[in-house]
Amino acid sequence: MSDISLEKMSNEYIDVLKELGNIGAGNATTALAQMMQCKVDMAVPQVKLLEFKELGEMMGGEETIMAGIYLGIEGDITGSIMFLLEKQAARYLVNKLMGMEMEGDEFSEMEFSALKEVGNIITGAYLNSLSALTNLVIYPSVPDLTVDMAGAILSVPAIQFGALGDKMLLIQTQFFDERVLDGYFILVPDLDSYSKILMALGLA
Amino acid sequence: MGNLIKVGMADLNVCVSPDSITTLGLGSCVGIAVRDPVTKIGGLAHIMLPDSTSIRNNTNIPKFADTGIEELVKQVVAKGANRSRLVAKIAGGAQMFAFQNKSDMVRVGERNVQATKAKLAQLKIPILAEDTGKNYGRTVIFYPETGDFVIRAVGKPESVI
Repeated sequence: MSDISLEKMSNEYIDVLKELGNIGAGNATTALAQMMQCKVDMAVPQVKLLEFKELGEMMGGEETIMAGIYLGIEGDITGSIMFLLEKQAARYLVNKLMGMEMEGDEFSEMEFSALKEVGNIITGAYLNSLSALTNLVIYPSVPDLTVDMAGAILSVPAIQFGALGDKMLLIQTQFFDERVLDGYFILVPDLDSYSKILMALGLA
Repeated sequence: MGNLIKVGMADLNVCVSPDSITTLGLGSCVGIAVRDPVTKIGGLAHIMLPDSTSIRNNTNIPKFADTGIEELVKQVVAKGANRSRLVAKIAGGAQMFAFQNKSDMVRVGERNVQATKAKLAQLKIPILAEDTGKNYGRTVIFYPETGDFVIRAVGKPESVI
């Protein structure tokens, strides 16, 4: 079980993850639209298997400031999920949600908890699709949020993928309303949860 | 000023003054800078995990504290540094999120720092300074000319250790 390697995973599995990402991100978009009470569109999500050194570059450099929301997963499978959003996009979402323009560069405590809630709803919608598709029971934990350099935030899931191999799987989703918002989902199942997901999807 | 050499995640490199060497956005990973103060030859490693022996898929040498530091020392010595004169400075090993996964990945930042210190002690390389732990990311730049280890973090003044 522990000799699972992402590099060796079949294209079929990547396709399933892509579809999962699509449905999950679709649900997340609906949730976002309801929350913001406006129309939100979504581009087809990109599933990417990247080397660690390519991660930061993709998000505009390791030092790009991002908001990262991280939750634990419990239930039939265990692990964690992360949702990342570039800082300006996060600010835009929060402003829109709270119906005001915030001053200054830092997030206030209230903005911080609003952002946490946004992350909670988006990741929750994603996990619901995973649960519905696999028939596995999945409970998310209380989320934690940090605003920091992309490289530093990504080190957390990268280290967990690092125990398996030298690549990381991530799903890039673009949301649109009046502007384009790039969001990234990273699902990190614990080692023995991979096979459970594959089995539930009929691939193992 | 010389060139600025970049080290990625799970990567290492060496440099000679007046060049300097950097790694961006260290989170729970640890950045290890070593230097020979006489020849002004230095190197920087960006390790992700504490121990190569606990993982089956361990061919990526710079990914682990134990094998990464060994390789870093080997490369600076090959470049002309004197093994017995080497000194080190370390940074990183933050815990980025308060939420704890129940798996053994808990406190990996702290474990990375411990493993780094243990390996440097085993190789008898003294640690002159460190900026580790806490809950934020760090970008580091190392200057083999002076041994300065510059640390940048979001919303904090730049520091030199």
